Amino acid sequence: MGPLTLTVLLPLVGAVLLGLAPGARDRDVRAVGLIVSLATFASSVWVLVGFDRGEAGLQQAESFTWIPSVGARVAFAVDGVSLALILLTTFLVPIVLVASWDSVKDRLAAYTAAFLILEALVIGVFAATDLLLFYVLFEFSLVPMYLIIGIWGGAERRRAARKFFLYTLLGGLVMLVAILYLQTRTGTFDYIAIRDGLALDPTVQGWLFAAFLLAFAVKVPLFPVHTWLPDAHTEAPTGGSVFLAGVLLKMGTFGLLRYALPLFPDATVAAAPWLLGVSVVGILYGAAVALVQTDIKRLVAYSSVSHMGFVVLGTFALDRTATAAAVVQMVNHGLSTGALFLLIGFLYERRHTRRIADFGGLARQVPVMAGLWLLVSLSSLALPGLNGFVGEFPILLGTFGVNRAAGVLAAFGAVLAALYLLWAYQRMFHGPLERDEDRATPDLTRRELAVMTPLVLLIVLIGLVPGPLFDLVGPSVDRVLAEVALAVAP
Amino acid sequence: MLLAAEAATANAVVTTTTGAVGIAWLIPVLPALGFLAVLVAQRWLRARAAYLAIAAAAGAFLLSAAVAREVIGAPATYVRPLPDWIEVGALSVGFDLLVDQLTVVMLLVVTGVGLLVHVYSVGYMLEDRGFARFFAYLNLFLASMLVLVLGSNLLTLFLGWELVGLSSYLLIGFWFEKRAYATAAKKAFITNRVGDVSFMVAMFLAFATVGTLDLLELNAAAPGLSAGVATALVLLLLGGAAAKSAQIPLYVWLPDAMAGPTPVSALIHAATMVTAGVYLTVRTSPVLTASIDAMEVIAWIGVLTALLAAVIAVRQDDIKKVLAYSTVSQLGYMFLAVGVGAFREGVFHLVTHAFFKGLLFLAAGSVMHALHDETDLWRMGGLRRAMPVTFATSAVAWLAISGVPPFAGFFSKDQILTEAYKHGYGAIYLLGLAGAILTAFYMTRWFVLVFLGPARHRDGVHPHESPASMAVPLVVLGLLSAGGGLLNPVHEGPLYRFLGPAVAPIGELGYVPVGPLEEPALIGISIVAVTFGLGLAWWLYGRRDLTAGRVVEPVRGTLADLAERRFLVDEAYAAVFVGGGGAVARGLARFDGRVIDGLVRGAGATAVVVGRVARRAQSGRVRGYVAVTVVGLALLLLLALWTVR
Repeated sequence: MGPLTLTVLLPLVGAVLLGLAPGARDRDVRAVGLIVSLATFASSVWVLVGFDRGEAGLQQAESFTWIPSVGARVAFAVDGVSLALILLTTFLVPIVLVASWDSVKDRLAAYTAAFLILEALVIGVFAATDLLLFYVLFEFSLVPMYLIIGIWGGAERRRAARKFFLYTLLGGLVMLVAILYLQTRTGTFDYIAIRDGLALDPTVQGWLFAAFLLAFAVKVPLFPVHTWLPDAHTEAPTGGSVFLAGVLLKMGTFGLLRYALPLFPDATVAAAPWLLGVSVVGILYGAAVALVQTDIKRLVAYSSVSHMGFVVLGTFALDRTATAAAVVQMVNHGLSTGALFLLIGFLYERRHTRRIADFGGLARQVPVMAGLWLLVSLSSLALPGLNGFVGEFPILLGTFGVNRAAGVLAAFGAVLAALYLLWAYQRMFHGPLERDEDRATPDLTRRELAVMTPLVLLIVLIGLVPGPLFDLVGPSVDRVLAEVALAVAP
Repeated sequence: MLLAAEAATANAVVTTTTGAVGIAWLIPVLPALGFLAVLVAQRWLRARAAYLAIAAAAGAFLLSAAVAREVIGAPATYVRPLPDWIEVGALSVGFDLLVDQLTVVMLLVVTGVGLLVHVYSVGYMLEDRGFARFFAYLNLFLASMLVLVLGSNLLTLFLGWELVGLSSYLLIGFWFEKRAYATAAKKAFITNRVGDVSFMVAMFLAFATVGTLDLLELNAAAPGLSAGVATALVLLLLGGAAAKSAQIPLYVWLPDAMAGPTPVSALIHAATMVTAGVYLTVRTSPVLTASIDAMEVIAWIGVLTALLAAVIAVRQDDIKKVLAYSTVSQLGYMFLAVGVGAFREGVFHLVTHAFFKGLLFLAAGSVMHALHDETDLWRMGGLRRAMPVTFATSAVAWLAISGVPPFAGFFSKDQILTEAYKHGYGAIYLLGLAGAILTAFYMTRWFVLVFLGPARHRDGVHPHESPASMAVPLVVLGLLSAGGGLLNPVHEGPLYRFLGPAVAPIGELGYVPVGPLEEPALIGISIVAVTFGLGLAWWLYGRRDLTAGRVVEPVRGTLADLAERRFLVDEAYAAVFVGGGGAVARGLARFDGRVIDGLVRGAGATAVVVGRVARRAQSGRVRGYVAVTVVGLALLLLLALWTVR
């Protein structure tokens, strides 16, 4: 068993440990959660250390027997794209767990176990090279998230959890049919065998592509199948929101790049202009709707619709610059929006409200939180020098080269992002410090600051030195695009 | 003949990692470190923060002087290679520096005026609780502006461009407890973002057609651009420049930006940041000369902005608002210059304007300091004896901006108007001349109302001269405003010749003069015009008893009232963008909730019914969730069985 499988299994081991000691004190639960998640992070770094950047394809493959009769295996491997997202996942989990130490008062062990199980499933999604395994993990990741929202969420948690579950489950079921069809054609679920060995005629490709697209578009979420996200975000506990925005949404964009593009190249090329259009609409629509939200979590949720639109835009530009930057932007969105949800959570714990109008003049009272909030907002609105820009700009630049109208229209998303983020910041942090509640709001604690620090450092570091990240994902993206181009050319 | 001379002076491109240029990266890095240090340690540093920030600014200035010496000694276009920034796919952009004559001029203005404003702020901000934070932001601005002028490609220029925008946002909203100030900060940022879209699309287009964002490569490729692409490129760059440099139609943020502390108005919103748009257009002048039609658009934007803002300035009653509209107007002259092919004259005016407008704002701050933050021109006056240094230096700046010889502004403005005439832009020349009359008029009105006549300030106010830390920068800028003309006392003077290799030659643009007048005659006309404007204002304000206050304002009528209300442009923008845009956004939000989510809920209704039935079979929440899991597992098991079969 190599480091990759270890990275998938470690969180499960942690979850089992927590399950074996039901009466454990919160202190011990916290320690186990933190140690296990840090060990998982270390394990994923070990994968990175052994990663050959010169090799664009899948590497560090590990495979175990699962259901031999149908050719399904438990098979893992990584390329640069999946490794980047695995690192994002393992990086965020310890942060989420530590951030939840005080906010989760009820059944902390179950909460921690749910997150560790979720982590294992998501890492598996990014690492799986067997289509059935991928599908199972993709759908099963819904369960712990459903529980996290449904048990530890806000007042409307059950309705939001149900909507989240049904919405995304139904999207996935259609994909299952498509995967089964692929298996009947090839006798295997092996990703590489199907990708390299199967030549489908364009009509069939179109249907299968549509099935995969539906599953992934719901997950991203792409306009117009996005309405589960604002509800889920609003009702999820802080950790749930961070993980949902930070990692779960990326399963959708990852799926597009890993499966929809290479498996159905003709359909991809045919659908690309339409998807560019849908992405642009989503970017502007999400931003416009974000503008008039009165609940800060809903605002950030709609900003995610807008920002993930940039990722889909870059992906379907099918351009080396734009598509690689789209992957980088997945990581960036995870860091920026994750950080923003953390700060919202910290504020919520102090005030138990998410209404923007309930705050005012906080910058004088909580300068550290205000400074970090502004920094994270600037990262999210893609200010050069911070991480968001190094993703967003090449996406737009590359897209413009392919489709000028799409590039120009999407660029206006940058104006709207500045508008809704700075306006929200102004309403909450600027102005006179008048209310008693605002005057009594304490600034970040050391623990909260410690949780924010790694995120903030990465936000700045990627903004100024994005090279290593681009080097990691670039060759793999180039390879995917080359496969698409090769399949379509003759 | 002229062409040959210009070709002979073209710069060689020298890649170097040694000498002053080799360490030029320290010029922005020093204030950047100052920013971080002061920000992190502000509680501990307190008042000492100023020394740290000033040291960083002084270091940047000294290094800039060393770089200037090197470039003057051995003129060339120096490229200092630095590590890559963004390298993905076809895009490859590094942090490399570009140092030529234009860079040197900008470096000296930015760090020179920057240092003076740092020193001035020690006195001005002393009582403020945000003293250390203020100096941190000043250092951040300086670092950003220096990245802007040193970047060797459009993207690093844009990095600086956006970071000066951030500094501006932070400093306009420095006193963020006041809602109006916070709003002004946001307005500045958003208006600039609109321009940024234009700038970004310019970069996309440049990359799509030339395949590079490198300034030298882009400029070298400019002659080969098709007319359509060149025109589009110039107009897109203009869109970005018009926002940053407050030109029509994006000037509206700058007057509001006066909400920031006055040293900020002097440094960022008069002397340096707002000239970034001028810098951008001059820096890409070879692209400009590829489309003379687009250049004419720049010239018209410039002259119309110059006139509009000058008219508005005539009826403003706030000591800083007059200067703000004046800045918009003077920036208009710089755009006029660039548009008529007078790149070097535009840069010359940029330099002299930095001196006298920086001085005017610092003097305004000194006056406000003395009068307990009074900003109403009608509650000033009688300051000549109480504030001799502020008075004398302001007088110099007033004469300089009005265009009175031999002060600095006279030379730079006249050379611009001369070029407009010589290059065949008759209407623009005349409008520019009209603007010059208005400039002399509103500045004289400003000067008279602030300093002369009997005191009109509120009871209990005892004006006093400002401390040395504020007076010294005033004197330095006063000397520069008085003698700045020596940089280029004749049209083809030292600065003109120095900048020659850094801008595009205009010999091939086929300019034909408007008429037979030569430069001495044009200068004569200018002097007559300025005398008229200045004399008229003196006659209207200087001789009148102003003690009654605003009611004796002599400039009246519908046009004057409209000017006072800024021609209702802000109101119109608010109606269209805030009102209209807000309505659209609210409409979309309703659409999202009712239509899109409504469809989903409709589709999900069946599922809910099923869910109810399922729930009846279970009791207790957690068991319900477990049930979902079990059902899911069962489904998968069935699936496995089915496939095995």
